[in-house]
Amino acid sequence: MSVFNSKIPEGPLAQKWTNYKDHQKLVNPSNKRKLDVIIVGTGLAGASAAASLGEMGFNVKNFTIQDSPRRAHSIAAQGGINAAKNYPNDGDSVYRLFYDTIKGGDYRAREANVYRLAEVSNSIIDQCVAQGVPFAREYGGLLDNRSFGGAQVSRTFYARGQTGQQLLLGAYQALMRQVNAGSVKMYTRNELVEIVLVEGKARGIITRDLVTGKLERHFGHAVVLATGGYGNTFFLSTNAMGSNGSAAVKAFHKGAMFANPCMAQIHPTCIPVHGEFQSKLTLMSESLRNDGRIWVPAKKEDAEAIRAGKLKPTQIAEEDRDYYLERRYPAFGNLVPRDVASRAAKERCDAGYGVGTGLAVYLDFKSAIDRLGKDVIEARYGNLFQMYEKIVDDNPYETPMMIYPAIHYTMGGIWVDYELQTNIPGLFAAGEANFSDHGANRLGASALMQGLADGYFVLPYTIQNYLADDIRTPRMTTEEKEFVEAEKAVKDRFEKLLSIQGQRSVDSIHKELGLVMWDFVGMGRNAEGLKKAVKRIAEIKKEFWTNVRIPGNKEGMNVELEKASRLADFIEIGALMARDALDREESCGGHFREEYQTGEGEALRQDDKFAYVSCWEYKGEDAEPALHKEELVYEFVEMLQRNYK
Amino acid sequence: MEKTINLTLKVWRQNGPKEKGRFETYQVSNISTDSSFLEMMDILNEQLVGENKEPIAFDHDCREGICGMCSLYINGRPHGPDEDITTCQLHMRKFKDGETVTIEPWRAAAFPIIKDLIVDRTAFDKIIAAGGYVSVNTGGVPDANAIPIARPAAEEAMDAAACIGCGACVAACKNSSAMLFVSAKVSQLALLPQGKVEAKRRAKAMVSKMDELGFGGCTNTGACEVECPKSISIAHISRLNREYLKSRLSE
Ligand SMILES: Cc1cc2nc3c(=O)[nH]c(=O)nc-3n(C[C@H](O)[C@H](O)[C@H](O)COP(=O)(O)OP(=O)(O)OC[C@H]3O[C@@H](n4cnc5c(N)ncnc54)[C@H](O)[C@@H]3O)c2cc1C
Ligand code: SF4
Ligand code: FES
Repeated sequence: MSVFNSKIPEGPLAQKWTNYKDHQKLVNPSNKRKLDVIIVGTGLAGASAAASLGEMGFNVKNFTIQDSPRRAHSIAAQGGINAAKNYPNDGDSVYRLFYDTIKGGDYRAREANVYRLAEVSNSIIDQCVAQGVPFAREYGGLLDNRSFGGAQVSRTFYARGQTGQQLLLGAYQALMRQVNAGSVKMYTRNELVEIVLVEGKARGIITRDLVTGKLERHFGHAVVLATGGYGNTFFLSTNAMGSNGSAAVKAFHKGAMFANPCMAQIHPTCIPVHGEFQSKLTLMSESLRNDGRIWVPAKKEDAEAIRAGKLKPTQIAEEDRDYYLERRYPAFGNLVPRDVASRAAKERCDAGYGVGTGLAVYLDFKSAIDRLGKDVIEARYGNLFQMYEKIVDDNPYETPMMIYPAIHYTMGGIWVDYELQTNIPGLFAAGEANFSDHGANRLGASALMQGLADGYFVLPYTIQNYLADDIRTPRMTTEEKEFVEAEKAVKDRFEKLLSIQGQRSVDSIHKELGLVMWDFVGMGRNAEGLKKAVKRIAEIKKEFWTNVRIPGNKEGMNVELEKASRLADFIEIGALMARDALDREESCGGHFREEYQTGEGEALRQDDKFAYVSCWEYKGEDAEPALHKEELVYEFVEMLQRNYK
Repeated sequence: MEKTINLTLKVWRQNGPKEKGRFETYQVSNISTDSSFLEMMDILNEQLVGENKEPIAFDHDCREGICGMCSLYINGRPHGPDEDITTCQLHMRKFKDGETVTIEPWRAAAFPIIKDLIVDRTAFDKIIAAGGYVSVNTGGVPDANAIPIARPAAEEAMDAAACIGCGACVAACKNSSAMLFVSAKVSQLALLPQGKVEAKRRAKAMVSKMDELGFGGCTNTGACEVECPKSISIAHISRLNREYLKSRLSE
């Protein structure tokens, strides 16, 4: 039995959200001005929520660690955003988008949440176009669509290879309009370092000004965390360098449930690792799989010759190439979902057919260029090809790209109910920071959709339902003891970090954590490895807290101190991911337990035992976290084995 | 092909906004030519931490050339010696073994230094807040396909919208003018029917905010266009001037 109420509204699937909106409580305009809402994060989720709540008349305070809200990690999204518009008339519908998303997530998401996501998807596109987002268009002047993995329809809207940038700039501009109007106050280079609870409700946060080093207290009637995902636990990932899981850990330590921490997505098409000083991995958008064909040599000796630099990929004859996705999955081919494509690449490389360093496969555009012409390919992917060439020093119009899977996105996150509220009243989570819509695997172009759905079209309703009961709560002064104590705890923590004065740099410890994560909590997991990971992470934690070296002090800007504080939290998350992966004795989506696979090497779910969301509760510094289960009850779709053959 | 190089680095160090800055010289060795410029900086910082010295502060985040957070004036050029890229996309194969590389922050009155190589670019946000948007609220907007937009206009708007707000144009300009940045936004929105409605007002508001914040005037040197990592064309400046003129004429 679930210990929490997910607050799914009554009624048939397609009516739930309407029912909710028809019966929720509202706040009248004069009361809105008296209510303060803290929104942490200015990515798609945070910026869209802050702009919308500001427009509605709430008093919003918005925080970001970057120097400008426009630089949030969402800016880097390349490929596109899904919506059920069915403009191409290829059979799409809200139901089909819902169904593809829940199936893509390997039946580990809530039906009602996913349906709502599909339902509001069309409004997102309307909104963005009204803001002046320059989506790609056809010659007739109407919007163009492309296909993405896990779907047989074309429903992805895009702005060249810079969709995230354009969507974020649209939200950012709406946000700056509210800053100008005085309804949103913006705090840049400001990091949330603690959440303040008063009488069990979230009532504020403590932040560190990253320029002055000063700790500041902020009151809010409600607090929204839109702080993104925790993929950087792995050190190397496609996430921006500053992406972090700290806000989620602060919430966890205050009693919020951390849901499905082990559900992380490995993206199949990233530029392979080149050396030990590599700082991040660059994604090559999944949209490339529309026109690129993935292959490795069919003969081991060819693969060996390529690795030794004796053969070039262009010298391998057509019949000596193994287009393994087309071979194994004829129905979806190169467009199988990400988890399937990633594991297939690993399987070929582990079997000795990898190219480059041995951990790479080819993504080849030759047949697309022959068919469509170089200029068409250039118009579609020009900036991605340029990016590849600048990094690798190879021309992908002439030689196939080399790619390999990398950590990309985290489906797990802070547990929220249908209203995007955590189990702490007044604390909400939106965007990648929550766990809600993608189950065990996220489909391409669905994160942008979810971030904007949460911020533009869900939170503005659900947060009112909460705040309507709070209109008589006056603004609190931040001299209250809860604020004072929270600030003191943060100060002590920073002083402790600075006092260690050990031998190891923050990055060297983070890399060590990353390797453990990649080896044991990565693409292929098993009980033995996960147990080893739990043990190794505990050792790394000890090493960190006794041997890290942070030069400088807590006054003024101190980048090493920022990184150390985030690493301490990544270590917590890493341990939680390993523990959760160990508990989940099944394979589903991005979580692949080697013990649970079909004869053909596909993921084998155990619906009778694991059709639940795992919710982890913090039990104190040295205690093991407790597991609670939110049962996933499917009323409308049948849990099937995913089949992309 | 990968090889390794040794370099002498002359790096601007400055403790805080009001403190005096100076160049410090550092040596780095065995840098793989396949690593990026910022990875080279990471290596130097690891070295400094090892010596118990404070690492060099520099801005960066996405490391893919899209967030606009990285900056750096490298050997006298914003974003360094390669074309059409940001500093984070610059690779060490562009440097020669034994070379001395000078690294400075953006220098412009409107971008004060915060620490070492980090400058404050919030002035750009203030310019956008002054009018760089379409005034629509969430909800209640028409269907996305209600207004067709000719593909060339949409493409040109996208060219302008590609600006990442890095500030290289300001750093490259002897007048520290922000005209390329401002014109890119004015142009993008003026090209689209959704933004056309407010075009004049927008141009006027953004330009007067830019002047107020201490950016210099544009004298058409074209240096901005040369250094812009996203190839934003100075043709947008002409469009901005037209919109601005219209706004003055209609006063
Ligand atoms: C390279 C790449 C390409 C992608 N492409 C696509 C795509 O084509 N389609 C798609 O749908 N999805 C894509 N994704 C996924 C998608 O971009 C992200 O999931 C999504 O943008 C997350 O948005 P968000 O608003 O939740 O968080 P983010 O954009 O990560 O924003 C987090 C915000 O929180 C702030 N923050 C974080 N911690 C703190 C703190 N402690 N204190 C204060 N502020 C804090 C940050 O400053 C930032 O403003 C891609 C991801 C990557 C990495
Ligand atoms: S116009 Fe070019 S140089 Fe100037 S901020 Fe934009 S991208 Fe940077
Ligand atoms: S770090 Fe984002 S553009 Fe360079």
